[in-house]
Amino acid sequence: MKFDTIIIGGGLAGLTAGISLQQAGIHTAIISSGQNALHFFSGIFESSETCRERLIRLFSTAGIRVQDIPGYHLMPMGTFREAGLSLEDVASFPEKKIAERALIVNFMGFHDFFSSFLAEGLEKEGTACRIRFIRLPEMEHLRQSPSEMRSVNIARVLDECWEKAVADIRVLHKDEDLIILPQVFGLKDASVPEKIASALPAHVVFVGTMPPSVPGIRTQMKLKRRFEVLGGTFLMGDEVTSAALHEGVVSSVTTRNLDSVRLFADHFILASGGYFSKGLVATPNRIVEPLFGLDVFQASDRNQWYRTDFFQDQPYMDFGVRTDTSLHALKDGVPMKNLYAIGSVLGNTRKDDFGTAAGLAVSTAFAVADAIKESQKEQLP
Amino acid sequence: MKLQEYTASAHNFEECMKCTICTAYCPVVPVNPRYPGPKQAGPDAERLRLKDPYFFNQALKYCLNCKRCEVVCPSGVKVADIIQSARIRYDHTPPKLRDRILANTDFMGKLARPFAPIVNGVTGMNLTKTVLDATLAIDRHRTFPKYSGQSFEGWLKRHAKEQAKYERQVAYFHGCYVNYNNPQLGKDLVKVMNAIGIGVQLLEKEKCCGVALISNGMSKQATKNAEHNIAALRKAVDKGLTVLATSSTCTFTMRDEYPELLKVDNSAVRDSLLLATRYIYQLLASGKATLDFRPDYHARIAYHTPCHLEKLGWGIFSYELLKMIPGVEFTLLDSSCCGIAGTYGFKKENYEASQAIGKPLFDQIRSVNPDVVACDCETCKWQIEMSTGYPVKHPISILAEAIR
Repeated sequence: MKFDTIIIGGGLAGLTAGISLQQAGIHTAIISSGQNALHFFSGIFESSETCRERLIRLFSTAGIRVQDIPGYHLMPMGTFREAGLSLEDVASFPEKKIAERALIVNFMGFHDFFSSFLAEGLEKEGTACRIRFIRLPEMEHLRQSPSEMRSVNIARVLDECWEKAVADIRVLHKDEDLIILPQVFGLKDASVPEKIASALPAHVVFVGTMPPSVPGIRTQMKLKRRFEVLGGTFLMGDEVTSAALHEGVVSSVTTRNLDSVRLFADHFILASGGYFSKGLVATPNRIVEPLFGLDVFQASDRNQWYRTDFFQDQPYMDFGVRTDTSLHALKDGVPMKNLYAIGSVLGNTRKDDFGTAAGLAVSTAFAVADAIKESQKEQLP
Repeated sequence: MKLQEYTASAHNFEECMKCTICTAYCPVVPVNPRYPGPKQAGPDAERLRLKDPYFFNQALKYCLNCKRCEVVCPSGVKVADIIQSARIRYDHTPPKLRDRILANTDFMGKLARPFAPIVNGVTGMNLTKTVLDATLAIDRHRTFPKYSGQSFEGWLKRHAKEQAKYERQVAYFHGCYVNYNNPQLGKDLVKVMNAIGIGVQLLEKEKCCGVALISNGMSKQATKNAEHNIAALRKAVDKGLTVLATSSTCTFTMRDEYPELLKVDNSAVRDSLLLATRYIYQLLASGKATLDFRPDYHARIAYHTPCHLEKLGWGIFSYELLKMIPGVEFTLLDSSCCGIAGTYGFKKENYEASQAIGKPLFDQIRSVNPDVVACDCETCKWQIEMSTGYPVKHPISILAEAIR
């Protein structure tokens, strides 16, 4: 089976690259071994100034609204962070005193939304807070097992009955100028948060919960759909088992599901993620990239991998696949001719060039998609 | 020292890091509050069940075994296998009469075939449906698939000589559905294979793959069928034959459920057992065979990927094959469960959940408004036809119509 480009990994980096390529008519397949870190996405793209307009455009074609309003984001633990490019779901405020009085509403038994931390953080900045809980009969079955009171389960219930939650919140609301709710609305339908906001008699904002991230999952579904509508092939739940390499060129890969059917392509993009997604694997003494055996930047002494103070920056998070400046992956010190690496598999090593996390994913995805588009053009007579 | 290999947990359950992604994609969770969800029913409760079987929960029967949890798991945990294995190991409730009737597709087919016109007439009657609903709890909305008066096996035996004339041969695992309900699909496969110069033969003797036996708590009988089928496949494979199947679920069951759930070793035949669309796609794509398509063929086709085909990862072969037909306007439907899950949707207690699960798919089909829905699974076909009114055809049947 032959494609123009094969992308290994179906997360934010893989999908962004896939959509860009497919938009340019480059036939692309994405191989994705299970779901990805978008399911844990805070909704904030760090340091992606270089591709702001492009990102907003690409996401809007997929039906995802991205905003860039200066000020501060309110974080799940009641802290503030300087605002930047983010999903529309993430609230931003011009100053840290976000209201005179805020009503924080949570669902009874939902422990992944930290209303007390939020109140403490907000009160420090001058916003008086009142915390109230609601319970809906539709949610009672979740409460039988405490481990099932999770954001996505709640969101799936609320997709069907969010209006009932709104009615309860109206009863609780007194004179507050702001209502704060957890991000558990609109998993299927992104317009629900907006509808809730217009149905309540105060300004309404939604604040992040512990993973899984409802806006993140919605983003994943919409990007995948967009990629498929453009004609891309998404192989879900499959994984690369071997690769044919010769003189710095990858010619084909095999997968677990398609076994003897080799997948050929002119270009390959490694977007396989970090440790969680097994794009990087830590063995007792070495960190390896398991699919191609690429060079991985790392401290050779295992004791230098981590700091004992858990809250400090951890060096192992910086480790990742080495590339040249145009993101060709290095193997034995030599750049591969048609294999690029993007996103978290690079580690945080490229902070200065490409930023971190989601910002790294999209900016490297755009850079590589452009390089591939260029080289396809050159091949044409 | 192979510490990691030696300490690997059954179905990888210790790899679970409680991320809940499986539950986020489970089709049952939003429609059935009694189902605890794949994470809870699978790896979470497995830890308790290993301590004491007392913790086994009958609510595990609400799992469709659609495997969507496994397809999305980022950690390679075989969530549905954990749940189904627990049902096999701990659930000793004898299956109800209704479940025995629904699960024994092979036996029921044999029984009904000689009286097909009468049986079809009777099962189609509203009175019968009301009685079955009241006495056996088979939902009144369902209609049993029609039985054919002539079995596919009988038909192919009569044509064995013509088929033997082809130099190249494949064996065909037709399954209960083609044999008793829809022999035409088997005949369509023979037509397409003959058109590319390949003869089709039966296995020495096949039995039901057993998928419905597994899901209805009859794993011992399923294991006997599995052992029998593997021996039958072995004989064909030893003769150098590839074995094709048209049912995605039969294929999936024999390739993956036999070793994972029934502990029946299929390693000698697994790689030789393929879905027909995969085999034909590969021949056409590599230029080793060509088909003579009708120039006047035209159809707007929407393809639905059945859950077990999604798990196999082979949907791509079926829809790429359809796209090769000139005159086809193609839409790939979003991957989403139709809700029937074999015998699950026939049970009265599951009817509402079954229809609610399928709703997003039915809505999308109506909005696409195709001439025909294509799908490799017979039970998806019944469900989609009943719930949307659109005709559903197997890709092989569509191919057979589109060639001269």
